[in-house]
Amino acid sequence: MAENVVSYRPTEEQDLIRSTARRFLEERIPLERVRELMMSDDGFDRILWKEMADLGWTGLTIEEELGGAGFGPIELSVLLEEMGRMVTPGPFLASAVIATTVIQQIGTAEQQAELLPPLAAGERIATLALFEGPRQWDPGIAVTSASTDSGGWVLSGEKRFVLDGHLADTLLVTASGREGMGVFVVSPSARGVGVTPENVLDPTRRQATIGLDDVVVGDEARLGAGDATAALRRALSLGTTALAAEQVGGAQRCMEMSVDYAKTRHQFGRPIGSFQAIKHRCANMLMKVESARSVANHAARVTEDEDELAIAAPLAGSICSDAYVWVAGENIQVHGGIGFTWEHDAHLYLKRAKSSSLLLGSPAHQRDLLGRAIGI
Amino acid sequence: MIDGNGARVDELVDRLLDDHPPGESENIELWGAQYDRGLAWVWHPDGFGGLGLERRYQGRIDRRLEAAGASTENRRINLLGIAMGAGVLDAHATDEQKRRWLRPMFTTEEIWCQLFSEPGAGSDVAGLATRAVRDGDEWVVNGQKVWTTLAHLAKWGMVVTRTNPDVPKHEGLTYFIVDMESTGVEVRPLYQITGEAEFNEVFFNDVRVPDENRIDAVGAGWRVTLTTLMNERLAIGGSTVPRASGYIGQAVEVWEREGIDDPVLRDRLLQLWAEAEAARLTNIRANEMATAGIPGPEGSTGKLAWANLNKEITEFTVDALGLDGTLYPERYRLARPERFGLHEPQKAYLRTRANSIEGGTSEIMLNILGERVLGLPGEPRVDKERPWSEVLRG
Repeated sequence: MAENVVSYRPTEEQDLIRSTARRFLEERIPLERVRELMMSDDGFDRILWKEMADLGWTGLTIEEELGGAGFGPIELSVLLEEMGRMVTPGPFLASAVIATTVIQQIGTAEQQAELLPPLAAGERIATLALFEGPRQWDPGIAVTSASTDSGGWVLSGEKRFVLDGHLADTLLVTASGREGMGVFVVSPSARGVGVTPENVLDPTRRQATIGLDDVVVGDEARLGAGDATAALRRALSLGTTALAAEQVGGAQRCMEMSVDYAKTRHQFGRPIGSFQAIKHRCANMLMKVESARSVANHAARVTEDEDELAIAAPLAGSICSDAYVWVAGENIQVHGGIGFTWEHDAHLYLKRAKSSSLLLGSPAHQRDLLGRAIGI
Repeated sequence: MIDGNGARVDELVDRLLDDHPPGESENIELWGAQYDRGLAWVWHPDGFGGLGLERRYQGRIDRRLEAAGASTENRRINLLGIAMGAGVLDAHATDEQKRRWLRPMFTTEEIWCQLFSEPGAGSDVAGLATRAVRDGDEWVVNGQKVWTTLAHLAKWGMVVTRTNPDVPKHEGLTYFIVDMESTGVEVRPLYQITGEAEFNEVFFNDVRVPDENRIDAVGAGWRVTLTTLMNERLAIGGSTVPRASGYIGQAVEVWEREGIDDPVLRDRLLQLWAEAEAARLTNIRANEMATAGIPGPEGSTGKLAWANLNKEITEFTVDALGLDGTLYPERYRLARPERFGLHEPQKAYLRTRANSIEGGTSEIMLNILGERVLGLPGEPRVDKERPWSEVLRG
């Protein structure tokens, strides 16, 4: 089996991305601003999105000829780790990670040249409309149908749990039809498309249900050719890898919150961190965070190796999801009553952690994928 | 990438192999030559088994020796000497002491053991009670040590003793190298839950130790003890195992051999596989960061992670065996272990119960992570300022 060959040592460029991101996010989207956005109608700040685009983030992994920064999955994971620390709201995961990856994996050169530059520039937002049921994460099955029409396609069905579907200008809709699974570029303003925003557990990351009632699109709306199942699975693996980095950042921040609090909060005349019941909890957080960091880093470093990614992505997905949910929960416990209040930030992380652990496949689903990859 | 020092050690290794071709020369002779040419502990000074280079070149030397078929078994045979004793001597011993002990240690002509734990001093090793009383140029040692690996084969023992009971516990300790063949040293096998005796109990009855065998100053024993434990951790953290090897490999093998088709057990196995792989990747990351000179918290988690994993994995494997898990691969008998390496699942299940106790309990490891890595405050200590003789023990 392939071994990791790419160094864990950060390059100067990666260090620069990290320090720039940390400064920008702390100054421009501190948690007070995150709270405003999470209570707003669309959870989105268009000015901030434009600023992120100017920093090169929205096109981080898009090639330079198409207006992007031309970085790879390691740089992406560095940025996402920082966003995870700050529970940064907005459609970054939906558009700059998952939808971008789907277009890159499946689109023809012509389609990429048309679709990617406006995403890189922050002028448009795209999202993948894939899931239809609550426990059906495999992209190989869709009830949504694509039937051929004269010179085009007619799409019918309902897509659920569509990340930031209420913001997207470009919907990438999966539907089965002739040539198997296809991905279709659909405008939300097309006739027959209905977008219903959902109430969500994690209000820093929104979802919508997309209804497709005989939506007619042209032949050129289908990304690439042939059955897209394998490419979609690969795109989900890459999305899982990216999300894992975000989970590491969030878990790390929760651990830091707990440790800081345990050093300053006094009960029985002592800092509570001097009690082993709290100290050991914090030390176990460190164990989980370091473990999660290892698998997330590994996955980001093996994306070029298809066989190894098939192991590394679900490995990262299951370990990082479980770790973040656990650490975010323990963070509340370490804080006691204050940790359960709306005023305290701990719940922002818990909601992000729980929601993220299900978004692209539950930990058990990820372990099932892992088992298939290693023959168990 | 080969730098000047890399090229130099490569050349020295080549010449060592030319002069002592593996398979044609006795191991002891090869190891002696390796020591004499500074390739035993490359970071030691010239003349003491090293060349004064950075520690990281040792891996390169060992890999090249192994690739050429030369034995590095001495590192296993004399584990406690080569991994820990040498570090203690390098940091604290006089040149005369190093000259006397290092070479026969490396050649395995003299086996070493370490005597720290006592029946009344486990996690609180600084509370130990073995007494050493000065008598002219000698010290008279009395007390009992426990969980001593290799004591029955050892020539030399690293012993921490209490030389002053009237000061706080850390200040009254002195460290000696004791000849295990001295009159008054009694070694008894200590039978563990598998029935085997990997370890020993060691009794000291009026054992006379020359003052020239004292390491560092009288009262400096705790400092030397910490060096020993630090070297133990370096030795444990140094190796990286292949993916899905060890007990997780055994679990997968049982799963496949038995043709188990149970979704609950499958998810549990995959969870353990994932956690074992995460711990392995953490180990790789830690080694790389340590080699690069930027060690982080990842370097401190391995012992605790593997202790938990080994226990959980072997428990899973016995569960997966079903009723076969109630059978034992052999009849229990009280004896020294005959072989090393992986045990059968049932025996492994028993043996790994000690993984969260030996070499620092998991509770102590969590304290270390909490206090030294995360900077959390320590427990209030009732024994801190008081003379050892006034502290409740046992």
